[in-house]
Amino acid sequence: MSAMESHAVPYVEAQQAHASELPAAGVAALDRSRLEALEILGERGLPSQHDEDWKYTSIKPITRSRFSPAVSGVDCSEHFIAASAIDNLDAWQLVFADGFHLPHRSKTDGLPEGVQVTGLAEALTQDPAPIVDRLGFAMGEMPHGFSAMNSAFVGDGALVEVDPGVQLDKPIELLFVSGCSGEGFLSLPRNLVILGDGSEASIIERHISFGAERSLSNSLTEIILGKSATLNYCCAQDQAERTFHVGGLFCRLAQSAKFKATTITMGRSWVRNDARINLDAEGAHANLDGAYLAFGRCHVDNHTHISHNAPECTSRECYKGVLGDRGHAVFHGRIVVQPHAQKTDSEQSNQNLLLSADAQIDTKPQLEIYADDVKCAHGATVGQLDEAALFYLVSRGVDRETARRMLTQAFAAEILETVTPSALQNYLASRVLSQLSPAVPPEAVA
Amino acid sequence: MNTAIKELGELVGREYKEGFVTDIEAETLPPGLDESVIRFLSGKKSEPDFVLQWRLEAFHRWQAMECPEWAHVHYDPIDFQAISYYSAPKRDEDRPRSLDEVDPKLLETYNKLGIPLEEQKALAGVAVDAVFDSVSVATTFKDKLAEVGVIFCPLSEAMVNHPELVQEYLGSVVPPSDNFYAALNSAVFTEGSFVYVPKGVRCPMELSTYFRINALNTGQFERTLIIADEGSYVSYLEGCTAPMRDENQLHAAVVELVAMKDAEIKYSTVQNWYPGDEEGRGGIYNFVTKRGACRGDNAKISWTQVETGSAITWKYPSVLLEGNHSTGEFYSVALTNNCQQADTGTKMVHIGEHTSSTIISKGISAGRGQNAYRGLVKVLKGAKEARNYSQCDSLLMGDRCGAHTFPYLEVKNPTATIEHEATTSKIGEDQMFYCRQRGLSEEDAVSMIVNGFCKEVFRELPMEFAVEAQKLLGISLEGAVG
Repeated sequence: MSAMESHAVPYVEAQQAHASELPAAGVAALDRSRLEALEILGERGLPSQHDEDWKYTSIKPITRSRFSPAVSGVDCSEHFIAASAIDNLDAWQLVFADGFHLPHRSKTDGLPEGVQVTGLAEALTQDPAPIVDRLGFAMGEMPHGFSAMNSAFVGDGALVEVDPGVQLDKPIELLFVSGCSGEGFLSLPRNLVILGDGSEASIIERHISFGAERSLSNSLTEIILGKSATLNYCCAQDQAERTFHVGGLFCRLAQSAKFKATTITMGRSWVRNDARINLDAEGAHANLDGAYLAFGRCHVDNHTHISHNAPECTSRECYKGVLGDRGHAVFHGRIVVQPHAQKTDSEQSNQNLLLSADAQIDTKPQLEIYADDVKCAHGATVGQLDEAALFYLVSRGVDRETARRMLTQAFAAEILETVTPSALQNYLASRVLSQLSPAVPPEAVA
Repeated sequence: MNTAIKELGELVGREYKEGFVTDIEAETLPPGLDESVIRFLSGKKSEPDFVLQWRLEAFHRWQAMECPEWAHVHYDPIDFQAISYYSAPKRDEDRPRSLDEVDPKLLETYNKLGIPLEEQKALAGVAVDAVFDSVSVATTFKDKLAEVGVIFCPLSEAMVNHPELVQEYLGSVVPPSDNFYAALNSAVFTEGSFVYVPKGVRCPMELSTYFRINALNTGQFERTLIIADEGSYVSYLEGCTAPMRDENQLHAAVVELVAMKDAEIKYSTVQNWYPGDEEGRGGIYNFVTKRGACRGDNAKISWTQVETGSAITWKYPSVLLEGNHSTGEFYSVALTNNCQQADTGTKMVHIGEHTSSTIISKGISAGRGQNAYRGLVKVLKGAKEARNYSQCDSLLMGDRCGAHTFPYLEVKNPTATIEHEATTSKIGEDQMFYCRQRGLSEEDAVSMIVNGFCKEVFRELPMEFAVEAQKLLGISLEGAVG
């Protein structure tokens, strides 16, 4: 047995031990899909650096000790949730403790008709068939062992379903708190978002840590957008140093659907994100942006994959990173234009700011194009703060440290400024600023 | 425009112009590879013992290696035991000393290719070390080079006459264990060129060599070693054509360049090997390891390549920027038509301080061709103020071809400035309309636009090559307009 396979064994065994206690266990189709995922997990194991998609990311920090799957019943204090709230944000909210929905902490009053915002486990227990059918649809082939692990344990998480034509005027916030169960727990939330034809919604997925407990959060979000549906989606990852986060974001777009996703990674944790967007029908548009900060000994890996499967789709992708201390960031962006996806218009860019001698960036922007009538471009840069801009600010009486911070902030602002609503944007900007402040020492670059 | 496309479509179906086989009796080893083959090869060339030991070590390492499969190309597995590892034109003992003594049939071959040695000698003042299969048949301008101390000879000759240089530099840039094909080459290489330019010498002429693959089923395993000592300059030209064949032929060459302090090496390639027929049958597999090392401060290595041939091209001319202020350049035009596949690019490894590198890659895909750029820019921790600029543009013609870009940027020093950009597009209808409206034929318009697309690379080629390259590109693309 290879190391990769052996790393998966404790999780395979844990699933086998608890399979009968998972939500809606006994529903044949669900049991079957859990078992299939378990087989994939057993066969493929957890990824290693021999795997091209994991070349720059070692999962050793995770495999060093094992994590036990968290069990439902744990709570998160009202005080903690209130303290972590986003100021002035008017939103419906679902709260999850280690991946389990806490109905008593959630706020879903006044949801319009035709909108379902609830815990996945609850929905599965009530009426599993329509959900089981759609689980795994947006993801398609599982990219790696972690997504297989999530699928083998699939149970709780968020279910957001918006009927055709319904437009939500307030965002829905999904707040995930990890580490509530204590030291060494694993949370496996699975979120399913379905927008009917012509509907509109805005969703915020936020991951935070309860304390300094060592925990692993393996979260997977699947999004299915109907014809002309519009989703504004923001994922904010702001976890503590000993939290490990593996995030999956999978989206399928029908004709003329619009998807805007922004992933902001802050905090001090070890993060790996996989995003996979499928533009399945004509006229679909995806906007996939991200900003990441990698300070301390933090590791942030963003893998994105946009597949143009139909003609006349457009996509825009921009990821920006600020790296300091011993931070290590990885970006792998892949854009595939399938044969017949003519008139594709796609742009991708990745920009990185290196602020310290020990920071490291590995970036791989990739284009794979099998159609000819396309317009595709990608770019990647690695650099430092512009000396001329610094000089300008200093000559105007701004001290060097402030000048550096201003320029760094401005660098990240390009992404943050596209985030809506403004309450969320302000919150993210202040979080980013607070993390930059101590991390941009006066002569970091010189 | 549709009728024009049809007419042009017929033009694409042209046959490979350089497809013919010269009927010369060749002394060929039976297919297969084991230690005895290596001993035979080494004995044949009366090589010093250290070379034999080096070959054997490489062979043992190769046996433990697995054939790499990561490239974006598809082909049937190669049976390395089905290949013959040696083929030499007969009458090995009395090799011709001058052109007059060269087998007229050989000369005829070159004449058919339009590159008669005499003409080249007269026209361009180029010294030609022509390799016909595995043995050098003529080396010209040797005396002129010897005057300034430049050594330009077959590698096998250098092993006998200059063993100290060969021993010091052979494998110092591409070690035998580097990769699967480099290990294979190290074990069985049979020919290739050796160039040594002494301190402070500016090589008085462009050095040139033509490789051909001739006898059926013999892979060619050249090994080229070029050393530019302190403050010297050399420009080396390599061009290839091959006769039409039904079976795939393997070509696994190794090229090593060493540039010492203040030295500059310019290496240009025009590659036009048989690409296979329209269905992709036959054609050369070109799996090459090319690497240069800038050993001293201010050294410069520049790779320029025009790749229009081969069924599969798999090569990454690289530069190790060891010296401070050293420079690496890579200019490439890669064209894939019909069923050709290319996975090519470069590696720039920044090790010294203030090193800079430039990558300009132009990929053109037509028919069912698959063209991939794969490049690595690596900045090590000590490489202060490293600078890289990469530009990879792809041009697509036809809806069944593909263009792919796989750049890897690994940066461990915060003072590095790295820029990569890539675009993919087809020839614009507005561009075509403009040219047509000015009275240009569709074909001329495409040729003009494509040549403009590649201009940045052609500009880097020596004049003689630039002309040939433009001609090649025009021929290879005839009618491939979408």
